[in-house]
Amino acid sequence: MTSNIVLVILVTSFATYLSRFLGVVSSEKIKETSKWFRWFNCLAYSTLAALITRTIIFPVGALDEVSYLLRFLIVLISLLIFYFSKKNLVYPTVLSAIILGLFNSYYG
Amino acid sequence: MINSKYFFQGFSCIKKMDSPAIALGCCFIAIGALLKNLGFSIQESIFSTLLTYALPGSLVMAESLLVGASLVNIFLAVWLVNARLYPMTVSLMPLLMHESQPRWKYYLSCHFIAVSAWLIMKSNHEKIEKENRIDFWIGIGTATWSVAIIGTIIGFIASDYLNKDMMIGLAIVNPVYFMCMMVGAMKTIQVTLSVILGAILGPLFFFITPEWSILFGGFTAGTIAFFVGELNDK
Repeated sequence: MTSNIVLVILVTSFATYLSRFLGVVSSEKIKETSKWFRWFNCLAYSTLAALITRTIIFPVGALDEVSYLLRFLIVLISLLIFYFSKKNLVYPTVLSAIILGLFNSYYG
Repeated sequence: MINSKYFFQGFSCIKKMDSPAIALGCCFIAIGALLKNLGFSIQESIFSTLLTYALPGSLVMAESLLVGASLVNIFLAVWLVNARLYPMTVSLMPLLMHESQPRWKYYLSCHFIAVSAWLIMKSNHEKIEKENRIDFWIGIGTATWSVAIIGTIIGFIASDYLNKDMMIGLAIVNPVYFMCMMVGAMKTIQVTLSVILGAILGPLFFFITPEWSILFGGFTAGTIAFFVGELNDK
């Protein structure tokens, strides 16, 4: 292993673990019935939603090469499949990859 | 130490029909291939997933390496994109904490906090007595962590056979899976509003401050959702 890459991995791991560690420290004083807990619950869901939509609208990596319209279309189709399959998670997930791969190979 | 009954009960969550194993595996296959293209060895790729185990953080690390960013810049960029793990931890750990359990379990198992494991635990915690939830959680975390590591290895090995369309197909799996999971979790006013407002404000804040958009957008959306939910309950 090259020392530079190992160092980058260690820095990345530390930056990631820090938030988790501080979260446990804070949790020691927060009761699950408190308003603080409900507020953090809202923050967790909202930051996740912000992250997911950012990944779709402003992607990094391979998705960047796909048009906005196609990305939105795939997400819309996936959500419809999710509802019509009685909230099954496997069908929309697998089909989204297949549909996008096919669309992109024909029209991309 | 760890109650094996609850550990394996948690571990077996990835065998269910709606488990995150497929989506998670696909995402880490893409990560494995990406790391190989960046010049990582297979040991370094495994080491990265083993220690980091957070997809957006790994992507940011890869992107930073590509542009030759300094270690301080990499630290800040990864910390910012993974700061969401703080509210996720605070909104999960109080559900798992019990006086009969040793503290080290919480400080070690917080490493497993990632979207997939977090959402599974949030939707299953009521089925498990509080005393045993931490062992159940360690089971879920170990399972999803293992899937991530196996996915990375597969991606690394298969990278020569994955063409651009396949990589694009794999890249959409993660956001689609989490989007569906979040929509499925919208059962209360607070959570529903948090998800909808977060989805709107996150990208809007990107135009003001790209680096801080997730945190600012998430904070604003979550706080509005909290107050609206509290007012509605009165």
